[in-house]
Amino acid sequence: MSRAGTPQSTNTFLGMPARPPRVPYGEGNLRGEQAFPRAAAGELRNEQLRRNLGRATGTIRGKRIAVTAELPDWEELRDAGAAIKTDALARLPELLEELERRVTERGGTVHWARDGAEANEIVTRLVRATGSDEVIKVKSMATQEIGLNEHLEQAGITPWETDLAELIVQLGHDRPSHILVPAIHRNRDEIREIFLREIPGVDPGLDAVPEHLAAAARAYLREKFMTTRVAVSGANFGIAETGTLGVVESEGNGRMCLTLPETLITVMGIEKVLPRHQDLEVFLQLLPRSSTGERMNPYTSLWTGVTEGDGPQDFHLVLLDNGRTAALADSVGRQALNCIRCSACLNVCPVYERVGGHAYGSTYPGPIGAVLTPQLAGMHAAADDPNSSLPYASTLCGACYDACPVKIDIPSLLVELRHQKTEETGRSAERLAMRAAAAVMGRPRLWTAAQRTARLGRAVAGRDGTIGRLPRPLSGWSDTRDTPAPPAQTFRDWFASAEGAAALREAAREGERRSADGPAHGDDQQEDQ
Amino acid sequence: MSAARETVLGRVRDALALAPPARTTVPRAYRTGRLLPDEERLGLFTDRLTDYRATVLTCTADGTAAAVGRALADRGARRVGVPAGLDRSWLAGWDGEVFEDSADVPPRDLESLDGVVTGAAAGCAETGTVFLDASPDQGRRALSLVPDLHVCVVDLSTVEAGVPEALARLVTGRPTTLISGPSATSDIELERVEGVHGPRTLVVVVRTDA
Repeated sequence: MSRAGTPQSTNTFLGMPARPPRVPYGEGNLRGEQAFPRAAAGELRNEQLRRNLGRATGTIRGKRIAVTAELPDWEELRDAGAAIKTDALARLPELLEELERRVTERGGTVHWARDGAEANEIVTRLVRATGSDEVIKVKSMATQEIGLNEHLEQAGITPWETDLAELIVQLGHDRPSHILVPAIHRNRDEIREIFLREIPGVDPGLDAVPEHLAAAARAYLREKFMTTRVAVSGANFGIAETGTLGVVESEGNGRMCLTLPETLITVMGIEKVLPRHQDLEVFLQLLPRSSTGERMNPYTSLWTGVTEGDGPQDFHLVLLDNGRTAALADSVGRQALNCIRCSACLNVCPVYERVGGHAYGSTYPGPIGAVLTPQLAGMHAAADDPNSSLPYASTLCGACYDACPVKIDIPSLLVELRHQKTEETGRSAERLAMRAAAAVMGRPRLWTAAQRTARLGRAVAGRDGTIGRLPRPLSGWSDTRDTPAPPAQTFRDWFASAEGAAALREAAREGERRSADGPAHGDDQQEDQ
Repeated sequence: MSAARETVLGRVRDALALAPPARTTVPRAYRTGRLLPDEERLGLFTDRLTDYRATVLTCTADGTAAAVGRALADRGARRVGVPAGLDRSWLAGWDGEVFEDSADVPPRDLESLDGVVTGAAAGCAETGTVFLDASPDQGRRALSLVPDLHVCVVDLSTVEAGVPEALARLVTGRPTTLISGPSATSDIELERVEGVHGPRTLVVVVRTDA
């Protein structure tokens, strides 16, 4: 639905509240070209990717567990983090206005963007006003989400990504596959080849030692840092009380971008606002430990507007909606806005570990992406919207909930989105099948007959006892899964057989022996003593 | 203000009206206000900084010049930058060239420096972090960023046990940098490499009686 189609949304406080719009279809990077099962099937065949991912996620998992276990108050920090974010969202209007006031008082300029297209236009206009035709960029999820780089390029402005992994992705004409380590799908040999091909004047004898590759990137980007007059960044948080913005990083490329250019443009989602400076004490403990498994990341920069003699003298903050208010309007789904982009949920997810980030088709992959993406960009009624497959890209094992530093109940959100999907966009065939299943399960005779028929499935199973491919419409299931062959005998048949009756008699005798041996639960009582 | 501003704020209000949030009180049961004896704080701070592959030297206030001189000489630094407000006596034990930074020096000129010596506003033992807040003895942010060696002098009395205690020392509104070890990346197969864009070497000089 277009903005023009919902006049209430531009006139909100005068009449009835209207449901805020999601990101318009086809804009930005919140939707892939293929539904998850199809995209995942392709990625699963990439053995290099699976090896890289398995090793990487395993390593970060281990580090995270070690450093979170060091803090005896880890659970209390999670509770505080979740409550601070929930409280901030509940008071979002006043906090955003306070942030705007403080940033303006300190010499910054605040811009508001309804969607990605508007944010891209604002940034482009600001860059043009400086006369520069290039910008240096700190890795930013928000600008990736809105496709800022592509927009700038179309406008004749060259964006230089300065985070090593983002640089690898950019030079490789590739897409990020992980929130924290965007080039996790590339190994050192591939990176060496990309550098040899794409970096002008690079030493042709460059080897694949990570230290040497990093040094090549350092030499390449130094010149950009020293000469580029405009930088674009994201923000990990914006503090309403003081107007302070914060960026958390490791390499120093962030510090370079935030301090050396004359103009700094920061694009921040409106959900990143924190009420008070004191709240940093919670998030600076939760974020690094959850994301890289470090006690603290090497560099955190905090800046407030403009400071004479230190850093950019022209500062712009672009506050971005882009579907965030649509998520906020859902009392269950708004929890996803608590996300601090640490990526802990990706690293513990059995699905992500096997398929990688590209299969999700969105800037936000993994479990949080599977709930955040459909909420920001919608699961459009068109049955082939790839986003409507994302809530199913999960085993609902709950590992993501355990790992989340701000306790986002991702499994429940996935189930809720599945519900919304079938309610709003369920295909009639799917509904018919579910209705047919309900009818059969409600009639014992029919159910038994159906189960016996299912045994025919054994005829199509391979030697390993799995069915590779089923005919349509069941192919929708079997294309992306191996289905175990049905057992030779249904439970009901077994129950009625001589073998089943014998097993039951044996179980009954066992029960009698136990009750004759002593009081019930005797074993348990002993253990208690 | 702009139409976009009114629209976004209107949408936020609408969203909250459609699904009114429950009142939330923030439980702050995590650890704050910790006090650790000097020796324990120093031990923890040193351990954590070393774990990040920073070098830690300890000295008394009287021995600052000797410690800073050693840190610079050991790394072959011949020309170092200092912020205008740095106590020059800290460099009395060193015979190289001292370059005093100011706001109008182009960042490019900082590249020719072998290193930089600064003070610090605070430290956090549990995370191995030094805090710089652009006070006169710490200078502008670019100074401690561009050169490849950073020697940072920290008074143990300003090093707190944990993150909440250390953050409480900050004056809000100042440009602030939290530094935990040298610049590092793990972007290539998660193998940690020290030094990408920031200083590849960090030496923290802890003054135990200051």
